[in-house]
Amino acid sequence: MSTRLGLIDYGMGNLHSVQLAFRRLNKSLDLVKTPTDLKKCDALILPGVGAFDPAMENLERTHLVPDLKIWAEQDKPLLGICLGLQLFFESSDEGSSAGLGLLKGHVQRLPINKKERIPHMGWAPLEQKNESPLLNSFDQNNWMYFVHSYAAKPIKERDLAATVTFGDTKITAIVWRSRIGACQFHPEKSSLAGQRMLNRWLKWLEDGAEPLQIA
Amino acid sequence: MVALRLIPCLDVAEGRVVKGVNFVGLRDAGDPVELACRYSLAGADELVFLDIAASHEGRETLVELVRRTAESVTIPFTVGGGIGSLKGIKELLRAGADKVSLNSSAVRNPDLIREGAKKFGSQCIVVAIDARRRIQEDLGWDVYVKGGRENTGIDVVSWAKEVSDLGAGEILLTSMDGDGTQAGYDLELIKTVAEVVPLPVIASGGAGCIKDIIEAFTRGKASAALLASLLHDGLLTVEEIKYELLNQGLPVRPIDNEQSFR
Repeated sequence: MSTRLGLIDYGMGNLHSVQLAFRRLNKSLDLVKTPTDLKKCDALILPGVGAFDPAMENLERTHLVPDLKIWAEQDKPLLGICLGLQLFFESSDEGSSAGLGLLKGHVQRLPINKKERIPHMGWAPLEQKNESPLLNSFDQNNWMYFVHSYAAKPIKERDLAATVTFGDTKITAIVWRSRIGACQFHPEKSSLAGQRMLNRWLKWLEDGAEPLQIA
Repeated sequence: MVALRLIPCLDVAEGRVVKGVNFVGLRDAGDPVELACRYSLAGADELVFLDIAASHEGRETLVELVRRTAESVTIPFTVGGGIGSLKGIKELLRAGADKVSLNSSAVRNPDLIREGAKKFGSQCIVVAIDARRRIQEDLGWDVYVKGGRENTGIDVVSWAKEVSDLGAGEILLTSMDGDGTQAGYDLELIKTVAEVVPLPVIASGGAGCIKDIIEAFTRGKASAALLASLLHDGLLTVEEIKYELLNQGLPVRPIDNEQSFR
């Protein structure tokens, strides 16, 4: 069975890079701009760069928001990237719009820190907390490329799949719940390590997208 | 802590690399895309393309170069040279550039930084500052524009602060006194700027040996180093530099050669 993969096109950034990354893995993505497009898909990707409020406003304009919430309630596969991850949450320090609320929690401004600059920009290794189809603990090189000034704080600790060290604290790198998850970094820009990660996600989809069980 | 970045910089004109590059086994040493792929595999953390001709006619060629680069290169890359409007920024981002670097146009019209950051996000707006020491050394540095031909008389430190306030995501700081000399970075310049802005600062101009690069990070507090002739002339490799940085206990991303999937 071939999974039909949809890439949500709401005019926020890195669409092209994500498409190219999947093309390198021999997987084509269908652009999703309307609820009708969405219904043809088996799995969705929510990309995004930029600011929280304009992103939510753009997303509202596509009329996809109610469908995305139903999608998540039905526990269908969904992958958020960068700002896409932040939109999964309920709210953000960066704006006043309500997020999608697919996961419980708030997006906070990165703490001012002597050891780190803001934006948090560059490569850092992931620290695994819980299972996720994106992660394989045997993959020794899991350095990913980050660019962000805000980080989500999930209320439920089990939603947190991986963190990254930022100064003296750990911040969210990957969230995952059942079939839904997202990464704060850019796997599509993270060289071979990022390609391996996207390929793991594709393989998980093709293998039937087993929901992640957490004891 | 986020790793310190090594960023090869390729000068291009009309879609070709301008300065020759000394890589063994290159099919076409003048093809920026082939070089970019080589540097990416060699462990470069990001890439910068600088269109030094920045001619009106050359724009189409540059956009095409960006498109081809985005297809094959899997690390972030920045494009600079002659970008003067929101439309120009959009065109290059759409073609697949991750960031654009603004220089003269930002000095002429600082609002371009604000508007660009608002529209496309701070993360993709790099502001390049070309700095030259004032004749009396204790007086700081002047901002130069138009490829270093024109002194604006603007103070580098106050310009860096303004750029940061306007929403830039990063500063690419070139010491014109050091550029091409391989006599070492202007550490005082880098440190002074890095201390007044919260943004990452990329050190550029003057690196002649590994020690210079290490000092840009340790004493200059740079987040990244832009490297040109040192790499292109084959004097050092990315791997050698990273090895030495690791030896000094500095955080760098290990070179990833794992082609297989798991």
